[in-house]
Amino acid sequence: MNTTMTETEEAATTSYTHIGKARLRREDPALLTGEARFIDDLTLPAELWLGIVRSTEAHAKILGVDGRAALEIEGVSEVLSGADLAPLWGESALPCAWPVTDDMANPPHLPVATSVAKYVGDAVAVVLATSRYAAADGAAAVLVDYEQLPAVTDIESALATDAPLVHESLGTNKSYTWPLIPNPEAVDEAFANAAHTISERYVQQRLIPAPMEPRGVLASPGVANGELTLYSATQVPHILKVMTAVTLGIPEHKIRVVAPSVGGGFGCKLNVYAEEILCSALAMDRGVPVRWTEGRSEAATATIQGRGQVQHIELAADTDGKVTAVRVKLLADMGAYLQLVTPGVPLLGGFLYHGCYDIPNYSFECTSVFTNKTPTDAYRGAGRPEATYAIERAMDSLAIAVGVTPEEIRSRNFIAADAFPYESSAGLVFDSGDYQTVLDKAVAMANLDTVRTEQTKRRADKSNKLLGIGFSSYVEMCGLAPSRVLASLNYGAGGWEAATVRVLPTAKVQVITGSTPHGQGHETSWSMIVADKLGIDPDDIEVLHSDTAISPTGLDTYGSRSLSVGGTAVFMATDKVLDKARLIAAHQLEANEGDLEYVDGSFNVKGTPTAAVPFAAIAFAAFTAHDLPDGMEPNLEAHVTYDPPNFTFPNGTHIAIVEVDTQTGDVAIVDYVAVDDCGNQINPLIVEGQIHGGVLQGAAQALYEDAVYSEDGQIVTVNLGDYLVPSAAEAPTYRLASHVTPSPTNPMGVKGVGEAGTIAAAPAVINAVVDALRPLGVTDMAMPASPQTVWNTINNVNNEAPGGAS
Amino acid sequence: MIPASFDYQVAESPEHAVALLTEHGDEAKLLAGGHSLIPMMRFRLATPAVLIDVGRLQDLRYINATNGSIAIGALTRHSELEHSKLLAQSVPLLASVAALVGDPAVRHRGTIGGTLAHSDPASDLPAALLALGATIVARGPHGDREIAITDFFTGYFESALADDEMIVEVRVPVSTGGWDYQKFNRRAQDWAIVGVAVAQGGSGVSLVNMGSTPLRASATEQALASGASVAEAATLAAEGLQPPGDLNADAEFRSHLARVLTERALVAAGASST
Ligand SMILES: Cc1cc2nc3c(=O)[nH]c(=O)nc-3n(C[C@H](O)[C@H](O)[C@H](O)COP(=O)(O)OP(=O)(O)OC[C@H]3O[C@@H](n4cnc5c(N)ncnc54)[C@H](O)[C@@H]3O)c2cc1C
Repeated sequence: MNTTMTETEEAATTSYTHIGKARLRREDPALLTGEARFIDDLTLPAELWLGIVRSTEAHAKILGVDGRAALEIEGVSEVLSGADLAPLWGESALPCAWPVTDDMANPPHLPVATSVAKYVGDAVAVVLATSRYAAADGAAAVLVDYEQLPAVTDIESALATDAPLVHESLGTNKSYTWPLIPNPEAVDEAFANAAHTISERYVQQRLIPAPMEPRGVLASPGVANGELTLYSATQVPHILKVMTAVTLGIPEHKIRVVAPSVGGGFGCKLNVYAEEILCSALAMDRGVPVRWTEGRSEAATATIQGRGQVQHIELAADTDGKVTAVRVKLLADMGAYLQLVTPGVPLLGGFLYHGCYDIPNYSFECTSVFTNKTPTDAYRGAGRPEATYAIERAMDSLAIAVGVTPEEIRSRNFIAADAFPYESSAGLVFDSGDYQTVLDKAVAMANLDTVRTEQTKRRADKSNKLLGIGFSSYVEMCGLAPSRVLASLNYGAGGWEAATVRVLPTAKVQVITGSTPHGQGHETSWSMIVADKLGIDPDDIEVLHSDTAISPTGLDTYGSRSLSVGGTAVFMATDKVLDKARLIAAHQLEANEGDLEYVDGSFNVKGTPTAAVPFAAIAFAAFTAHDLPDGMEPNLEAHVTYDPPNFTFPNGTHIAIVEVDTQTGDVAIVDYVAVDDCGNQINPLIVEGQIHGGVLQGAAQALYEDAVYSEDGQIVTVNLGDYLVPSAAEAPTYRLASHVTPSPTNPMGVKGVGEAGTIAAAPAVINAVVDALRPLGVTDMAMPASPQTVWNTINNVNNEAPGGAS
Repeated sequence: MIPASFDYQVAESPEHAVALLTEHGDEAKLLAGGHSLIPMMRFRLATPAVLIDVGRLQDLRYINATNGSIAIGALTRHSELEHSKLLAQSVPLLASVAALVGDPAVRHRGTIGGTLAHSDPASDLPAALLALGATIVARGPHGDREIAITDFFTGYFESALADDEMIVEVRVPVSTGGWDYQKFNRRAQDWAIVGVAVAQGGSGVSLVNMGSTPLRASATEQALASGASVAEAATLAAEGLQPPGDLNADAEFRSHLARVLTERALVAAGASST
């Protein structure tokens, strides 16, 4: 069933006009000309601005909130403490939808703290004012009296008996322990019999998602009818609607949530935040619109962060380097509270620590702890970049131990191309893939022979510009998710997606999707799919989304699910429309529907193309209803809710070539090759864009980004001068290729590509840095590999080496 | 990220700007390119009550040759230095340093007067001007005065300018001897973690971000002058300095970088002992 890219391209060209072709995004003109409307561009009469007073302490009792000075400022109308606000939500807390174990500790999380502030950035009071300026001045003028408490900032000491407690009432900082150890004895046995064992510890630093547009909320009450319209820069308007209803007790049918143009999210807008609940509650209570726009520095602490884990990974292997078992103990940082899916994020990687290798014995255990820091939650890749990092770093160490190249150790362990569908030792069934062919392509593209010759030469010359080669072969689980699997993981919702395809009287088409785009180009891709199936022009199709009044059902965009779940729903709804159109055509042609074929936008009886009924005629017939088959409803539209039978499993091999300046510690990515298998591609241009951005985001974790906290819990990196998001100037020149093994899980054979680059890139870059420096004795490198860190690492090795530099 | 409220006035001439400065005293700030001042205001690290906009004084945007030196108007943008043919011939170090400041947007707004008056030890152009031995012309209520650049930087973000003075011109001696600039940073648009400027084959060596002001690497200059090799001279680059430590580099690493970059800059400038 595996086909190469070329064959698939041929198939695509023969059967489709648009699918498989690079197409410019129809979303871009409005974005590039500034016409697109983001939350901050919307205004409503009489709106009030919310300013939030945030804790300056990592852990402190709130002794008092003094708003007198703030109330003197022109435009400030109210100052409200957590206690003042409590009646608005009573006991209800911000939602966590993923109680991963029955005994998971999940302390109540109020939108505004009442007695104890638990992280820098925790809301402790709010100000209402007539302008954003007055709200900011007002918030700055509120005096909060704190009594400092000791803070927990290091996850490895959070479980020590003498550690301070983030939540006194729990008596521990542990939230949960989640094991996935199908056969413990077999794992022990594999380690006992191993010829080689590897045991490593890696740190996944915390990352700040930093989408181009920070968050924003505008809540508008309909006082007469008890309605709420909630505009939010969110990835998940549908989830937000349900959760706002549940949290505030507003009947769900009275709530409309709108996500206008949203400037990226990377997972951080997959949440239900205090500010959304605050603006909604205050708007409903005061009867006026209430809004809030997040500042960039505010976002550093008020929006969730990503990663935050310490990983212990062990491999057992035989003499040839064939891995027989993997054992992982993970320590995950939840931050001060559990946000929407906080506890589930490390577990999304928990099934993938064997990477793309056929490792028969599996042991994974995650312990998650509270700290006095901003909550963590989903960030591009969510669990899978961490898992890939650990296994790919460890495989390189194994290659060294066995004495083979990194590509050889991978080849010896890959799941074989003929093993699919492959049931993994962690219990997943992988759909399709040909990992060896993908790796071979990448190796060929990277000119490894030339690079290795140059690498050897520079080493021999004692050059201070050393070259390193880093591999990362990955597989990820996408297309969240089969609802039954989510049920088995205790997730609080399903994983289906909804679509409606509605043909208008003039044969123009509306596609309504429940998958909410925020930069991915759904409008372009969905219209390509529908255009090809209906044989019409993509410009005759409008894709509607992101407003629960227009698209009432859906589960939104995250986890690389949009195409494989949401796109499949669109595909299937279009099929349903065609089925109905066929009935109408058969009726008009007085033919048997089974004798009809649909070619170039017209139905005709096979063999007699002259008597054809064009799509437009059917659309109009469905509208006039003058002459439809008996009992047929007069419309031409279909709705599909698709629940995927399985995840999809994109995979690939990336190779980074880096040059490390051993004098300054500077790392430059001099070449980057990525070969990815995301199944069939709808729009290769969008695929490339996702890989470019994804790779840079992964390389950013490897080289640049780090949410730095002091020991007492103060965050240091609160602006983009200190928190180093790389720009286009830092981006390597990517060289990309694809290999296609269509997923048998869905009718289009697609897998998803939103997170692949991020998942693959960090281990490729760090493996390359370590490879460059191995002659100096370096065996590991902390992320981010900043010049200072690289220089320190080289120095420490020199100092530790027997007879090393004095 | 929202500045406190302020009044805004547009200066019609340098004299008008000085008059407004005199009127408002230390409550007021000149606004040139705004690319240092406005970020400070947004972080509320600066809360001037009055902004006096000098950014529209076109008469102060020029690069002219005047017997042996180049006169640059205070409102000249970094991008104008970067692309000036005259500068490329007469003071190539300055043109090339200007091209490394921030990103294109920053270079189209930021001015030479602004970067000097801001006196950030991490800025590129002030250190280059220090290596080149520039002179700063300041206009005050009592007329113009010249300040040698060696006397200009008095402390961390502090200069010899009085509250009622405005920089109107910078004079730079023609300098075509061996030169180089090593800027070490992590992202293209960032300030230097450490920078080293070399002018006139090594007779002027200055350092970026190695102390509270832009600094001459005097020990290196003297060593070169008294016959030390480039490698020897470079090891003295951080001699006697107390560089800052921050997220990008601690003091020890900064000193190390200063030595490495000084050697690279001297080699690139073709420096040798005299
Ligand atoms: C993203 C970014 C990146 C940057 N990167 C770099 C970099 O890599 N290297 C670098 O060197 N700089 C960098 N800068 C700073 C930039 O070069 C500034 O433009 C420059 O430092 C200040 O010039 P300005 O004209 O913008 O001054 P302003 O911001 O307008 O003013 C700065 C100060 O100087 C005073 N002032 C301005 N003009 C005069 C005058 N004629 N007389 C007296 N006082 C005056 C003002 O009152 C104020 O106190 C960066 C800035 C940004 C925003």
